[in-house]
Formats: sequence, structure tokens, C-alpha cells
Amino acid sequence: MIYGAGVDVGSTQTKAVIVDGARAIVARVLIPTGANVSRAGERAFVEACGQAGLAREAVGAVIGTGYGRYKVTFGDTQITEITCHARGAHAVFPATRTVIDMGGQDTKAIKVAPDGSVVDFSMNDKCAAGTGRFLSAAADVTGVGLDEIGARALAARAPVRLTSVCTVFVESDIMSYLAQRKSVEDILGGVHKAIATRTMSLVRRVGVEPEITFTGGVSRNVGMVRALEEVLGAPLNVSADGHYMGALGAALFALERAQAAAPAPAAAAGG
Amino acid sequence: MPPQVTERAYQGRVHERSRALMSAWMDEVRRSEAEGQPTAALMISGNCVELLRACHVLPMFPEVTALQNAIRHKSLPLILKAEQAGYSSDNCAYVKADIGMFLDGGMGPGAPIPFPTLTVCNYVGCNVYVKWFEHLADVSGSRLFMLDVPFARTETPAEADVRYVVGQLRELITLCESVTGHRFDIDELRVILADAARAQEGYARCKHLTKHHPAPFDAYFDSINMMGPINVLRGTPEAARFFDEAVAEFESLAAQGLGPLSEERFRTVIEGPPPYPYYKSFRNLMSRWGAVAVQSTYSTVGGIWEFGFRHDPRRPLESIAEQMLYENLTNRSIVARYAQIRRYVEEWQADALIIHSIKSCRLFSAGQGDMREYFTRELGVPTLLVESDLEDPRYYAEAQIKNRIDAFFEALEHRKLVRDTAGRPA
Repeated sequence: MIYGAGVDVGSTQTKAVIVDGARAIVARVLIPTGANVSRAGERAFVEACGQAGLAREAVGAVIGTGYGRYKVTFGDTQITEITCHARGAHAVFPATRTVIDMGGQDTKAIKVAPDGSVVDFSMNDKCAAGTGRFLSAAADVTGVGLDEIGARALAARAPVRLTSVCTVFVESDIMSYLAQRKSVEDILGGVHKAIATRTMSLVRRVGVEPEITFTGGVSRNVGMVRALEEVLGAPLNVSADGHYMGALGAALFALERAQAAAPAPAAAAGG
Repeated sequence: MPPQVTERAYQGRVHERSRALMSAWMDEVRRSEAEGQPTAALMISGNCVELLRACHVLPMFPEVTALQNAIRHKSLPLILKAEQAGYSSDNCAYVKADIGMFLDGGMGPGAPIPFPTLTVCNYVGCNVYVKWFEHLADVSGSRLFMLDVPFARTETPAEADVRYVVGQLRELITLCESVTGHRFDIDELRVILADAARAQEGYARCKHLTKHHPAPFDAYFDSINMMGPINVLRGTPEAARFFDEAVAEFESLAAQGLGPLSEERFRTVIEGPPPYPYYKSFRNLMSRWGAVAVQSTYSTVGGIWEFGFRHDPRRPLESIAEQMLYENLTNRSIVARYAQIRRYVEEWQADALIIHSIKSCRLFSAGQGDMREYFTRELGVPTLLVESDLEDPRYYAEAQIKNRIDAFFEALEHRKLVRDTAGRPA
């Protein structure tokens, strides 16, 4: 059996996925990236091999992706997470034409061709507003765990209007609403709505075309899924593996590479 | 997955000759005060350098000082000095780098150069420059002459606009005569304009040679070597000869099928000035993908010559006015810029458009988001927009820029693969 592995070294978390020859995921690992990017990539890969019960030599090819992709020095090559998320999303939801990838520091809108390749993309620039970092800031100030803020936002009755789209200044906005005794749910509802609205402007740049698939760490946030669906006016595809979509895309590219490099089966003799 | 592409080791005579000519000009500027040679600070865009030469005034260019400081990684302390003095972080970084230097009591780059005798603001498309030149005149004590060049509103030169600018050029001549004591001779200007036209012809021929596959030079990164002679030294016999040699060299490279890279995988058009503090690094991000710029708008900031305009010695002042009004990048509307880029993409057979947007120049960058949409959606030209700055190193985020460039070329590689596969016989 030929295996391919993808290692997605993101700004906050590193993900590794191994797929088998039938393109099925046989291992998925998520660890914090931390300060040592190279070590995080190596560790995630080794853990994934352990999870799959494979010796690392059994993996035919490894592709690094994410901002730390060039630190995946044990890998065979590197591909950007933009291309990998498109590929991963297309593999899980083949009718995907638009991908929204929301990670720790980046939000990307990717227009995808019917074959899963990238047609166009748009990203936030030099500002973490509208990304996972924005949600982290809101979670910190409200004292609600990052894993809970989405569900709490769904309970909002009258989401507040945030005047700031800056990750730094949003904290003082939230403090001000807390001082006015606004409910945490309404504040978090407002935070999710603000991010969704900002994301919408990125998506418009590439054009909204269904089906839309939501990937990245924030895709696990149910409040964000709802907020995006409301501003887009369309349902989102969300996979339980949304967080791993970049690593999955890289693993699929790696599998193709390994399969292409594998010796062809001997041709049958005879006339 | 970038393919293995390497840069051609031989950089050619054009680079060497350009460096030598620009150094000689800079030395002349440095000696000017001691030799009693009057000088004038001038803007690059749509400049009237030929007229100053005819008036025996040596031109000097604060923008060139600013970009040379940036390319030598010396711009940031100067920018910070200007910001300390109250210049906003949103202000043009070219301006701030030069103001920082003026506040230090001089002009550069490298060895100091004396302040100009005259400050001639040829205001073309940028009203921030008006303040820049006013400040320079104030700090240096030089005489300020403000040319008012109306923004191009029509496709062809309006007679009233030409007449209006010619009137001001006559006033400039009178001012120069009073400063130099030299009587202006229109026939001397005609000779200078003939040399200028020869240089323009050479530059245009070079730019047309990039229609070859592969292009013999990079029309963005390598054009910098020709922009010095065409924008600063236009009107001198040396500049005219330089372009004769450049044409010969590039024709030879084109005939041999040689380009700046070992393989030309993608032909691009680039819009916007380069990030001078990270010039080489930005170039490498393109080169590693085998991307060669076959045209660029920045190379026409001083004048657009490849579409046929030349200074006309028979209509000396009128043709100078026409060039200032219409035949340069910055005094035209963004719609005219669209048309220019479209011609580049179509006639130079480019695969993609790359827009390098400048954070501290809102005047030039405004509308580039719409430009991206126009080329992507209306014309189907793959277009990438990245942003940093031409002078301020703080705006250059390499990881982000690299990510965008890599993803863009990954997508182009895929399209190329699909196209090549489809074109292959079954």
C-alpha cells in the first residue's frame, strides 16, 4: 500500500494527515506549533505515523504546507495552504466552488475549479481582524472558553454592533459593552457577525459560487458557521475534518506524487 | 512546487553602462556647487529635463535620492526622523525619506550632494509632491517654481492645456535665464530634443524586444537600469548612445533565444513601483517560478515611449508640454492605465498581471482593487495583488507576500499543465 502525508504548519497549530492508496484518512494529528516550527512539523508527522501504525519510511511522500511549510525539511516538497485547502475541500465535497478557510491569523476566500484547482483567491492583509485571532481576543475578554464561544453566540437575542474591526481595539469595545451590562451571548453574537461581514468582503472579491465549503480551525465553531450562512444567504459544507483540510490536501498531493514515483507493475508477458 | 530555475549569470553591458552613467551624473551634481553650476530639483514623472538642459541647468531628482537610499537599506532611519517631525505614517515614504535627509541638513544618497539652486515642481499627477517640493525649497532656500500641469481629462492633448503649459515653460525659461545668466537658445533645445527622441526610440525598441519568447530582459526589474538614462539623462548624446548599445545587446540576446532566466515559464505584466528596500528578494520570489515581466507600467512613469510618442524638435515647447500632459503614466486616468495594461497583456502575450500596490502612495494605488477585478473577471487575465511599499521597509511582510505569489503560480502551473495536456495528441 502506498501512503501520502501532509503536514500543515500553521501559525498556532500544526496538523498532520496520512492517507492510504484509496485516499482514506488513516491518521490525523493536531498539536500546538509553538516556537520551534521545524520540531512541530516533525513531531506531528511522527505522531501521525504512530497513529497509523506505520514506519515513517512506509510513507511514500510528505508535503509541507502552511506558513511553516519550508520548515518541513524532511518533506519532499512544499505547496501553499491555499492550493491544499482547495484540494482537500474538493476531495471531501466534490461540488465545492468556493472555499472559506479561517485560521489563526488568516482568512482566505478561494475560488475553486471543477477539478479542485485554484482559480482565484483573496486573503486578509497584514491584519488579523476577521480571523481566529479576533475570536481568541473576544474569548479572553469575555472569559468564555474558545471552544464554547460559538455555541454561546448562537443564543444571542440582540447581537451588539461592534464599531471596530481591529483585533486590538475590539477588546475595549467588548469591555465597554460588558460595562453596559450587555449579555455575553449578545456580545459574542456581535463578534461573530462582525467577522462574518468582514469575511464576506473577501469572498465577494473572488465571487460567491455554490457550493461553499468552510475549512480551517474556526470551521469547528458553530456560531461562525451560522453567522457566515446568514451573511452569505447560503448553506456551508462543513466537515468534521475541516481543521485538517490543508493537511489533507497536502496528503493527497503527496499520495499522487508517491504513486507517480512508484514502479509500474511488470507487464504481463505473452503475445 | 517551484521548478529549478536559475538566473542568467551574464548581466550584460546595459547594467554596467547604466551604473557608470548614473554615477557620472551624480558626481556632476556633487561638484555643482563648487563649480558654480546651477541645479534644479525636478520630479521624474513627465519631466521637462530637456528644457533645463537647454537652459544650462543641471537636473537632480529627489525621488532618485529616495529610492537609492531605500535600495541601500538606509531609508528607515530617515523616515522615522520625518515622522518624529510630525509627518504622518500614511504619508508618502519617498517624501519622508527625503525630508528626513533634509532635516539632517543635506541630500544624498551616499556622499552628500548640495541643495538645488532651483526647485521646479512639475506637479504631474501627485499633489503630495507639491508639499514635498515646497518643503525642499523652504529647507534649502532655493527658488521654487511651481508648474501647474492639468490632469489629463481627454484622450488626445487639448490645445488649451498645451498652450497653458507652454506659457508656464516660457516663464521657467525666463527664470532660468535670470539664475544662470545664459540666454536661452531655441535651436540648442532642438538639438537636445533630437537626442532625447533618439533615446526614446531606443528605449521603445528595447521594450518591444520583450515580445520575444523568451524576453531578453525583465521589463520590470531590469528596466530600472534603463529608467535612469531615459528619465534623468534624456537629451544627452550619452543617453542616446546608451540606448543604441542597449538595443544591440538585447537584439543579440533575443536572436540567441536568451532570457534573464534559464527558463521562461510565465510571462507577466507588473503594475506599480517595486519594493526598493527588498528589491532583490521580491525579484527572487518571481524568478524561482520562472516568471519574467515582459512589460511594466512603472517603467513608463517618466514617459510612455513604446506607443510612438517622441519629442519633436520642430515643435519644441509644444511637444514637451504634450509629454508632460499625456505621455507619462501618472498624469493619466486609471481607465487609461487599464488600456495601457491591456495592450501589454495582449500584444506582449502575457500569462498574468501582478499588481504591487504601494501602501504609502494612495494616489497611485487607489483603484487597484477594481483593476484586479477588471482584469480577472472582465478579461479573464489571472491577476495577483500584493501590497508593500516602495520605500518603507516596515510594510514588507515577506511570508505573506511569498504565500500569495507561491499560491498564484501554483494555480498558473496547474492551468499550464491542463492546457499542455489538452493540446497533446491522443
